Amino acid sequence: MSAEAKPVIELANVHRIYETGSIRVHALRGVSLHVGRGEFVAIMGASGSGKSTLMNLLGCLDHPTRGTYHLDGIDVSGLSRDQRADVRNRKIGFVFQSFNLLSRATALENVELPLIYAGIPAAERRRRGRQALAAVGLASKENSHPNQLSGGQQQRVAIARALVNHPSLLLADEPTGNLDSRASVEIMELFQLLNRNPDNTVVLVTHEPDIAQFARRVVVMKDGRIILDQPVRQRRDARVELASSLYENPLEVTLS
Amino acid sequence: MTLDLIRIALRALARNKVRSALTMLGIIIGVASVIAMVSLGQGAQRQVQSQIASMGSNLLVVMAGSQKSGGFRGGLGTNTTLTPEDVEAVLREAPAVAAATPTVSTAVPLVFGNQNWTTRAEGANAAYLSIRDRAIADGEFFTAADVRAAARVVVIGQTVANQLFAGLSPVGRTIRVRNLPFRVVGVLVAKGQSQFGQDQDDIVIMPYTTVMKKLLAITYIPSASFSAVSGAATNEAQKEIAAILRQRHNLRPGQDDDFTVRNLTDVAEAAEQSSKVMTMLLAGIAAVSLLVGGIGIMNIMLVSVTERTREIGIRMAVGARSRHVQYQFLIESVVLGLTGGVLGILTGVGASFALSHFFEWPQLISTAAVFGSAIFSMAIGVFFGYYPARKAAALDPIEALRFE
Ligand SMILES: Nc1ncnc2c1ncn2[C@@H]1O[C@H](COP(=O)(O)OP(=O)(O)OP(=O)(O)O)[C@@H](O)[C@H]1O
Ligand SMILES: [Mg+2]
Repeated sequence: MSAEAKPVIELANVHRIYETGSIRVHALRGVSLHVGRGEFVAIMGASGSGKSTLMNLLGCLDHPTRGTYHLDGIDVSGLSRDQRADVRNRKIGFVFQSFNLLSRATALENVELPLIYAGIPAAERRRRGRQALAAVGLASKENSHPNQLSGGQQQRVAIARALVNHPSLLLADEPTGNLDSRASVEIMELFQLLNRNPDNTVVLVTHEPDIAQFARRVVVMKDGRIILDQPVRQRRDARVELASSLYENPLEVTLS
Repeated sequence: MTLDLIRIALRALARNKVRSALTMLGIIIGVASVIAMVSLGQGAQRQVQSQIASMGSNLLVVMAGSQKSGGFRGGLGTNTTLTPEDVEAVLREAPAVAAATPTVSTAVPLVFGNQNWTTRAEGANAAYLSIRDRAIADGEFFTAADVRAAARVVVIGQTVANQLFAGLSPVGRTIRVRNLPFRVVGVLVAKGQSQFGQDQDDIVIMPYTTVMKKLLAITYIPSASFSAVSGAATNEAQKEIAAILRQRHNLRPGQDDDFTVRNLTDVAEAAEQSSKVMTMLLAGIAAVSLLVGGIGIMNIMLVSVTERTREIGIRMAVGARSRHVQYQFLIESVVLGLTGGVLGILTGVGASFALSHFFEWPQLISTAAVFGSAIFSMAIGVFFGYYPARKAAALDPIEALRFE
């Protein structure tokens, strides 16, 4: 874990207050956070502690009520809607718990989606889309629709989509929340593989401490504040675990 | 990028084929009815024009009595001041008048053998044929001598010929008119219905003197017909006729006319006006259905935006600007409107051919209506698609992604 000269994420005393009618929810109460290039951070915390609110801010889907957010050294806290759309398009890859794929489009079309809005020509889109699908091990599934894929495969399509524009920051909000343990480890293997490249910064939210152990650093939130920020001890290696018999087909295990 | 947005929109429409088709149906019906109505209306207008032209070129009609008559003054044709001598004087003195005939008509029962038929007897002079633009099919018209002699001769229309003679040749036969024997000297060429729905062949023509003396026993005439030397001269002729009649009737300046001069241009204008109003009324009703079609588009687009909230959220999350989402939906509604418009034009043109064939009307495809409705249906797509598209574009990406 190396703190680079220019952090990818630089949050300074960020607040986010939701106002719906007369109800005010103070979801983030002064969050400051630095994440350097090439880091792999897991954000944990109880339900309602503000993890998703934080991720939405990091992903430029939302903007802070107070405080500043520098992404790649650029202040993005005061950007307009369209400018935030452009930042999402060029700098951010987002992976969701519920995959969020277009159900009527093929895997390849889903992966190409960000490139359409980047104004990239069709042939180039196709090429880069195929490349990204191959990187997540789904080269053979490019014409499958999401409903023809398993949950783990769908999430890998979503990761390919998040990677296709070579973002500075890969964000994943409970990416393994809808997956069984083997598929979860496979997804973590993918994140670890990506993170091996020092340019790929990953921030993920998870409820499960054993998933957080695949990261290098854990940030724990409570009531809209960061209460703990420490490196992961006893880091897990997904590739090693998958190679061992730990995640064999349970039926096979009982039969042997 | 624009091409990609078009492709995305077309695919969305293609996915919901039945829905898209039903949505377009409103526009199709609207555009088709606008085109059919305007085309038919213009056809009817053209028909009226040609019928009026066929009533006699340059025709002017003078009726005894004032048009402005109010109070207890008698209606048109009941005033007794107009005489055959007035007609002769006009013909003599008005340079713009080429021909003139007194006209006096009455209903008469006709009998031939055991057949009888009641029709209208029109009294006129030998100039009648040219003034009224009619012709003789068989025999000949009566002569000036017949008029002078108040001869009991008659020229009959086709309808009368069919009713009384049923296949026999009428010329030279004697029929009884109000129990007086009349000799049939000629049969008119058939002319069909007038634009007022009158059978122009259900008529007999005889010397006006005969009608005045033998049938009605009057010395005045209720009306007269004139033809101007040319179409352009009708207004001139109208003024000359009025001046001569005023002078002959000793009317002082400021005193009302005791006659009314009408030329067919007025009648034609009135008839054209009424068919124009009709066309506009029909087109208006059709336009309302087009509007309803537009509201249908808006309705479906709103449903579509709601259904696809999550899709919108996904697109925004990966970097679609509001504008991209707005265009995507706007293109959908414009395609719906335009496709509906084009199909509506085809249907409308087909329908107006079929209808005009059925009603035996002339039909004119109005290019203005065709292009107008093409542009209008596209505008409807934009207008009624704008609000749903804006609604889609204004969605908050986080909310949209959470939408179930
Ligand atoms: N759009 C919103 N409007 C109002 N309040 C909101 C909104 N989104 C989140 N909140 C509130 O903000 C607080 C933090 O929510 P957030 O979704 O960030 O929690 P979380 O840590 O992601 O929880 P979970 O683990 O259940 O996903 C909660 O109290 C939640 O009710
Ligand atoms: Mg959450």
